[in-house]
Amino acid sequence: MNVSRSLMRTGIALLLSGLAAVALAVDTTTLPDEKLQQRYEKLTHELRCMKCQNNSIADSPAGLAADLRRDVKEQLIAGKSDEEIRDWMVQRYGNVILFTPAMDASSAWVWLLPGLAALGGLVIGIRIVRQRSKLVEQDDSEEISR
Amino acid sequence: MVFIALAAVLFVGVRRSPDKSVMVSALLGKPAPTFHLPVLGEPTRTFDSRELAGKPWVMNVWGTWCVECRDEHEVLLAIAQQNRVPLVGLNWNDQDEDALVWLERLGNPYSVVAVDREGRTAIDFGVYGAPETFLIDASGIVQYRHVGVLTPEIWEREFLSRLPRTGLP
Repeated sequence: MNVSRSLMRTGIALLLSGLAAVALAVDTTTLPDEKLQQRYEKLTHELRCMKCQNNSIADSPAGLAADLRRDVKEQLIAGKSDEEIRDWMVQRYGNVILFTPAMDASSAWVWLLPGLAALGGLVIGIRIVRQRSKLVEQDDSEEISR
Repeated sequence: MVFIALAAVLFVGVRRSPDKSVMVSALLGKPAPTFHLPVLGEPTRTFDSRELAGKPWVMNVWGTWCVECRDEHEVLLAIAQQNRVPLVGLNWNDQDEDALVWLERLGNPYSVVAVDREGRTAIDFGVYGAPETFLIDASGIVQYRHVGVLTPEIWEREFLSRLPRTGLP
């Protein structure tokens, strides 16, 4: 009885997760060639759906996302490079459309600041450790001399 | 100290976080994309945006599927009454029949409606949700873009103020 019940539960869970996977597969586009298909999938995951800002155009059921996927596909088939396609999108929608925007003058500080902060922290950390280790040495010598 | 600085940064960040309507247009200050599209309700006619070169014009992106466009329509009709500037409609990802019924029932504020069935022109303009309204100046530069429903106040403050005083020639 118990066994069959847990089996049934597992079955239902599997069924539901299967349904979820189907629901998630918004985009079923296939391109004629495997390489293009890979680039297509990568690009559509890099581009933000402007209508629903936290989804990529690959995951969004919005009409605009479908139109943008069509544009990516057409340009890939036309032989455009990934860079050209990204630029084409940025020209229209601005840097916001890229989940990882390229570094330019206006966004450089966003990229550089964490590095600088980490470096600063490291320097301060090293100093503190050095100072403390000196204190320990002093303590030791004090104890020995006692 | 560090905590206060961080709190300040985050506070400002949250306060200024991208409210959809303030997301700047990548096109602002740049030449408006040109387009050549069929005219709604006139199967034999096409509209070329270059026909309007040399004078300022306004483009409103709409669709009958767009609930907010219904709210905006009254304002557009009032704007058309002022007769200050050509108001071009871009009917985005819509059905011709639906769009024609809409205009017949609610009135037509547009000097011409271009039909963007595949959404390509909207994408060229960086449109992400209707309604959106663009102001293009006499030299074809995008001077202003409003995302969302226009109000008489926004029209006056952001659009009329950017138009030359003479209005329509």
